[in-house]
Amino acid sequence: MAIRVEGVIKRYGNKRALNGVSLTFEKGKIYGLLGQNGSGKSTLLKMIAGLVFPDEGTVSLSGSQVTRRTCGNVAYLTELDMFHDAFTVGDTIWYTASQFADFDQRKAQNLLKEFRLDPSKKVKSLSKGNRGRLKLVATLARNTEVILLDEPFSGLDPMVRDSIVQSLLKYIDFEQQVLIIATHEINEIEPLLDEAIVIRDGSVIGQEEVESLREEQGLSVLNWLKQLEGNKEEV
Amino acid sequence: MGEEFQSSKPIYMQIVDRIIIDIVQGKQQPGDKLPSVREMAVQMGVNPNTIQRTYTELERMNVVETRRGQGTFVSENGELMEQIARSMQDELIGSFIQRMEEIGVGKTQVIALLQRYMGEEE
Repeated sequence: MAIRVEGVIKRYGNKRALNGVSLTFEKGKIYGLLGQNGSGKSTLLKMIAGLVFPDEGTVSLSGSQVTRRTCGNVAYLTELDMFHDAFTVGDTIWYTASQFADFDQRKAQNLLKEFRLDPSKKVKSLSKGNRGRLKLVATLARNTEVILLDEPFSGLDPMVRDSIVQSLLKYIDFEQQVLIIATHEINEIEPLLDEAIVIRDGSVIGQEEVESLREEQGLSVLNWLKQLEGNKEEV
Repeated sequence: MGEEFQSSKPIYMQIVDRIIIDIVQGKQQPGDKLPSVREMAVQMGVNPNTIQRTYTELERMNVVETRRGQGTFVSENGELMEQIARSMQDELIGSFIQRMEEIGVGKTQVIALLQRYMGEEE
């Protein structure tokens, strides 16, 4: 399994959300897609999920081009809220399971327990942290080769972030799956990543293996990011 | 998670150091089984590939051995463990002496200072 993005350009009106992006993602690895809001991270994830299509270039999974059906093989956690307020936690799991053939109920129940989410609770009454957790349950319980997380930590407090990182490590099948996390908060996830990819204004401006950065340049991802930023703008 | 890592050194090497310190301190005994790669990854909050590298490095140093189908075990080679403990001590002393020299304290003075310091400790 590999995801191949080749020469992708995507325009929204006059603006280029992606401006000639080429990347390869391999299974068994965790990638961090880093960049500020509006850099093109989400567009790229949506493209891999088959929710948005390139104007130029190609995106393929295991050699076959991404289509609208691809979302059946890709678990995608959107940065937006994706639940019906009237549903309970249990309803939400049941509904998600009904939409995806690869949904693993046992995994979902284990994750609910681990996150101490009460199935009888209304989604509407959940705290922000618990909504974030529920989104993650709905995503991680699917047995897909590709997992895409768009800003999974945004607005969550550090304790919740830690528990999310732990459950990612516990529930991901590294033999089979590839995980891509788009975020602008690097600190939480640096030790989780194999590779960090930096996007700015629709272009990839850096791609490094996290451990090589440290070994060869003595830089953490955060320091490296600062260096990249420094090259262009004086802040 | 709660594990913090320095920014300038590879994470896998920092975990190598921590495991070796545990062994030198006796928290991990010769023959003890280390957690599986996945367990250790969850415990440390790091990528399993990183832990795999940690274990490979420890194995290369002969600090641990992997038994097929059973897991990774702390080596029972007592001599080697002593050697490792000694080289850690040397490393610490070396960097201490170097820093003392940097602030203009010579070797004989270091010894005198150490003796006085230790005397005060007792």
